[in-house]
Amino acid sequence: MEKYGLYTPRVAPQKEYFAAGHRACVGCGEMLAVRLVCKALGKETIVINSTGCIEIVSSLFPDTSWEVPWMHTLFENSAAVASGVESAIKVMQRKGKYADGKVNVVAMGGDGATLDIGMQALSGAMERGHDFVYVCYDNEAYMNTGIQRSSATPYGAMTTTSPPGKKSIGQQTWKKDMPAIAVAHNIPYVATASPAYPFDLMEKVKKAAATKGPAYLQIFSPCPTGWRSAGEISVKLARLAVETGAFPLYEVENGKYNLTMDFEKLRPITDYMKPQGRYRHLTESDIVLIEKKLHEQVQELRDKSSR
Amino acid sequence: MLSWKDIPMGAIVQTPGSAKEYRTGDWRSQRPVWDLSKCIKCGLCYIYCPDASIGWKDDGYPQWDEFHCKGCGICATECWTKAINLVEETE
Repeated sequence: MEKYGLYTPRVAPQKEYFAAGHRACVGCGEMLAVRLVCKALGKETIVINSTGCIEIVSSLFPDTSWEVPWMHTLFENSAAVASGVESAIKVMQRKGKYADGKVNVVAMGGDGATLDIGMQALSGAMERGHDFVYVCYDNEAYMNTGIQRSSATPYGAMTTTSPPGKKSIGQQTWKKDMPAIAVAHNIPYVATASPAYPFDLMEKVKKAAATKGPAYLQIFSPCPTGWRSAGEISVKLARLAVETGAFPLYEVENGKYNLTMDFEKLRPITDYMKPQGRYRHLTESDIVLIEKKLHEQVQELRDKSSR
Repeated sequence: MLSWKDIPMGAIVQTPGSAKEYRTGDWRSQRPVWDLSKCIKCGLCYIYCPDASIGWKDDGYPQWDEFHCKGCGICATECWTKAINLVEETE
């Protein structure tokens, strides 16, 4: 019986470390992800947060949603600050000025703060091997400032700086494969997760926190405002993204790939695209092209995980 | 209006989780209503709530928090047994 985890919402930690009363949009998938991550991490946690939606909605003076120590940094340096915090704790514990025991140092950022602006600091922190967790909440554009494209925006998506028209299909480049970049740093743990699979997400966060050395998590975060979708289907969209192959869930432990959610047959990508206004302009042939590319990516992951 | 003399040095917030006192329930246009005869107490509404505004009653049924619920309707979409329905706030 020990082999099997018990997965029911009732036995999940009941204590909220990310309190209600934050000002996120109605139906925000990112705040759901933050809530689940904080639940999984528990009390012994220090959060370092880049600028972005999470910081804006959770820390309007004089209110805060955080019940763990929390620090706001600039867009680019959350990983650098996290490595400093981790080193300071290590030194102070050695000198006996800080209580012994494990403290989870967690840096959080959106996809813009991770994939674009903060990447060199993150790369440096991963290369130096600090014992911290980096959590990237991937909502596929700069949603906080008004839906500008980022390098996480998928091909064909409409944003305010990649508008579709006669000469443009919307976003003209493919999504940057950040987990693969993290894997290339030879760090012990890299994973992707989705709030539609809350126990999978919480297991991965716990695993990442228990890992000695840097860990990178990319969490899919549906954004009803930026994706032009209804608020009530946020979780459904997150599930469809996994089922259609738009955001495959996998983990990489010491370079060994493992697909955590694999489906015999992927659902057609239109199921995922249809409820979203950002894909409304796509033609039949564009969708076929996108589906082919996504299936290739999933197949590549399957090949890697079976190796 | 607060002046600089009233706020703590460095504008530090000294109460953790003080956002709980802010009423986000005013944003709601639809409210969730439970049909307890269909509810199987699975707790999916609890785990999927982005605003952490679904808790538990003593008898094991979910209890929503009127003060914080923004009425997004994720609970109603995700409920397997369709025990949660959204009704207009005006009704």
